[in-house]
Amino acid sequence: MAGVAASGGSVAADTYAKARHWLLAPSWLVLGFFVFAPVCVMLIYSFLTKEFRGGVIWEFSFAAYDQFFFDRGLFGDAEPTLQWTYISVFWRSIWQAGLATILSLLIGFPTAYFIATRPEGSRAFWVFLVTIPYWVNLLIRTVSMKFLLRDEGPLNELLINIGLINDPLHIIYTNLAVQLGLFYSYLPFMVLPIYASIERYNFTMSEAAADLYATKWTALRRIILPAVKPGVIAGCILVFVPSLGAFLAPDLLGGAKNFMIGSLIEEQFKGNAGNWPFGAAASMVLLTMVVVILLIFARQQRRAEAQS
Amino acid sequence: MKLLTTSAMALALLANAAAADGELVVYHWFEYMPAELLEKFETETGIDVTIDTYDSNEAMLASLKAGGMGTYDVAVPGDYMVAIMAGEGLLDTIADGELTNKGNIAPEWADPSFDPGRTHSIPYQWGSTAFAVDTAAYTGDINTTDLLFNPPAELSGKINMLDSQGEVMALASLHMDIPQCSSDRGQLQALNDMLQEAQTHWASFNSDTSREVLVSGDVTVGMTYDGFAAKARAERDTIKYAFPTQGYVVWMDNVVLLKDAPNRANALIFMDFLLEPENIAAVSNYARYGLGVSGATEFLDPDLATAPEANPPATAGKGAFIEVCDQETQAVYDQIWTNLKN
Amino acid sequence: MSANTDVKTYTGFRFMTILCLVILYAPLAVVTVYSFNASSSITVWEGMSLRWYVDVFVGPESAKFKQAAFNSFSIAIIAASLATAIATAAATAIVRGGRYKLRVPSLGLITLPIMVPEIVLAVSTLIFFNSIGFTRGYLTILVAHTAFCIPFAYLPIQARMQGIEDTYEHAAMDLYATKAKAFRRILLPLMMPGIISGFLLAFIVSLDDFIITNFVKGAGIETLPTAIFGSVKQGLKPNIMAISTMLLGLSVVMVTISHFVSKWDNTK
Repeated sequence: MAGVAASGGSVAADTYAKARHWLLAPSWLVLGFFVFAPVCVMLIYSFLTKEFRGGVIWEFSFAAYDQFFFDRGLFGDAEPTLQWTYISVFWRSIWQAGLATILSLLIGFPTAYFIATRPEGSRAFWVFLVTIPYWVNLLIRTVSMKFLLRDEGPLNELLINIGLINDPLHIIYTNLAVQLGLFYSYLPFMVLPIYASIERYNFTMSEAAADLYATKWTALRRIILPAVKPGVIAGCILVFVPSLGAFLAPDLLGGAKNFMIGSLIEEQFKGNAGNWPFGAAASMVLLTMVVVILLIFARQQRRAEAQS
Repeated sequence: MKLLTTSAMALALLANAAAADGELVVYHWFEYMPAELLEKFETETGIDVTIDTYDSNEAMLASLKAGGMGTYDVAVPGDYMVAIMAGEGLLDTIADGELTNKGNIAPEWADPSFDPGRTHSIPYQWGSTAFAVDTAAYTGDINTTDLLFNPPAELSGKINMLDSQGEVMALASLHMDIPQCSSDRGQLQALNDMLQEAQTHWASFNSDTSREVLVSGDVTVGMTYDGFAAKARAERDTIKYAFPTQGYVVWMDNVVLLKDAPNRANALIFMDFLLEPENIAAVSNYARYGLGVSGATEFLDPDLATAPEANPPATAGKGAFIEVCDQETQAVYDQIWTNLKN
Repeated sequence: MSANTDVKTYTGFRFMTILCLVILYAPLAVVTVYSFNASSSITVWEGMSLRWYVDVFVGPESAKFKQAAFNSFSIAIIAASLATAIATAAATAIVRGGRYKLRVPSLGLITLPIMVPEIVLAVSTLIFFNSIGFTRGYLTILVAHTAFCIPFAYLPIQARMQGIEDTYEHAAMDLYATKAKAFRRILLPLMMPGIISGFLLAFIVSLDDFIITNFVKGAGIETLPTAIFGSVKQGLKPNIMAISTMLLGLSVVMVTISHFVSKWDNTK
């Protein structure tokens, strides 16, 4: 997604140059009003004062960010120290999303490689196979995962029947279940960009290299991997970023106790907490993190383009 | 494209217009209204009912304050929440004579402290909140709040709590034998420390699955309502509802008329409908709670009166309503709750 | 070339690919199989039956699901149509509009909805609607969906348009046509595969959305995902599996159409 913004179409045809502002107006209007403006309003809200029982008072305040970063004790009058409660929620999210990304990479890279090295005619079919599950409703996929992983679910039943285990594995409502859920949600995002970059890769060079080096695994590590790195990074970002703000997987598979950022934010608006400015502030922190990741990625991408 | 836009607008308007006539929008707890009764109401009155659900009093309040006012006609808050909502100016006043069946309200519920004179609400159901235990998996004494807040090692990781601040804090206060909404710093600190320790033994916070997790055996101890415990027992007969010696929470849910209700007249018809003994008895038979209307006994399922969930043993502590804290204490409660959940 | 130096095949990669596909399909397959279970318990298998499919259409919850399905489909069709029209115009300006200052910011704005985390988009939309006093309901869902569907419609359209050389339009204009005519007669038909893919993509994205819908929906207005979420919170039921299987089937049909449409090359 970041790559799109960076490249953005290189054809410089200007057939419709005169009408371009009229053609752009609808998208500016709709996106400006319903995406850009809301994000700005949210930024304002994060600096407002929370009303006693939910809702906001239009008074400028740093309280939401203060609550996020500083711990002032149970009664709000202790010396401020660093607030670990929310930082740990963010840290847990990063950790969970990171593990899900690694898991996706471990499975996704070989898959992408395998598909990209198939005869040209059959590649589209393999890509098609990998993409179909992505088009299934995320909620349904998460629910299916929950069903599969339950203590008395089909997975445990299968493992017990073939004699691998005696007692059911307790996976549901653990961190592992959340990681599996995230991994499962975004796996196709890992496969596709890696596939695209391997497909473009010219194999004659690494074939020559493989003759030079001792093993072809060395060739993979030294020659192919660096060449397809942009695809790998794109895949990792496409899995990591949505995992970071995920709501369904932690909520349904994690038992609503091991909070991730998504649930923390949701609770401020729909749950018990009812603290809008804080929810807006937490959203802003998440958004900032994602923007930083995307900017670093875009810079790397540009550097890679400049090199080649 | 113009054609597309116009037709889109037309369709959207159409969909909205359908919501204006003969409608009633109810904001209700999950699993609290039998479908047959709703159907009966719709056929009797020709009013189309839409139900949206919530899973805690606090979540309902938050959602109403977050732009929900003016879209719902009635809601079903618990006792203390009726007082809070009235204080926030979220409730409309029911004038004398607007409810034909107001006289049906049982005398003991006709003038409660949370809504003197019943000017905003009518009784819906009353019951208690404690916890249920699968006695097949745990054989010790169950009538103690230690099972939630100081559990034996074998129950660690086998406990589900309600995702409801009011009920958890009230029960925790009973456990520690401190007054609810205490403003004493030492007591509040102790409450926080106790909950932080207890929290390490809890598997999950869930209200809407609190029955399901008990029946499926995912947890052994589950904080829940008496009616849910009764339904769980029907599905797994080793499940037993506890009446802790330290005390337990009692509550009454009430149907309230919301301010700016888009279908105020229909809301009053709905309230009158729920004051008919036969109708409210149908709710009790379904949800397994008590009711606050006179003359309903003949319509009630006879099992209900003898159900163990409705008859506290002699050893049971006192039942306590949830109290409304002042702003300062509530801020500390919010902080404790946040510490607990993250 | 010896087997040792054939860098196109690595031991284990085939296995990993199969593992990947098994992981992707196993949960879906299990739910599909269990949706045909005759038992009302989700754990016990009691033989094949279409009972739960019947239940979806005539059972006690059928009215709720029918209304949710109507909302979901009407919103998806309207939002995807609007988004596709807006995206087509925008793509024309960006790919065929020459170089100008607003070009890059426009592209940034269009792709904004896929860069902002969904939960953030949901929260900001809710706050925004609330602060301008836009009462939550069917219309709020529709508007939000139209906005975030635009990039999904845009990307395939842009990709397609970049693949079409502008010589076709120039030739047309040299011969007889005005720009508007060249657009309508030449560019638009050539872009059709991209437009159709874009529409289908936007349609599916709208149909699938849970998080944003859950935040901006009004009292009692449900779409299929929010209705399903409400149901599964209290435990997975067989009728939900039947609905899931039907949606799965629909998704497969739509991707298949999109797949073949995108391969259809009408520039020759």
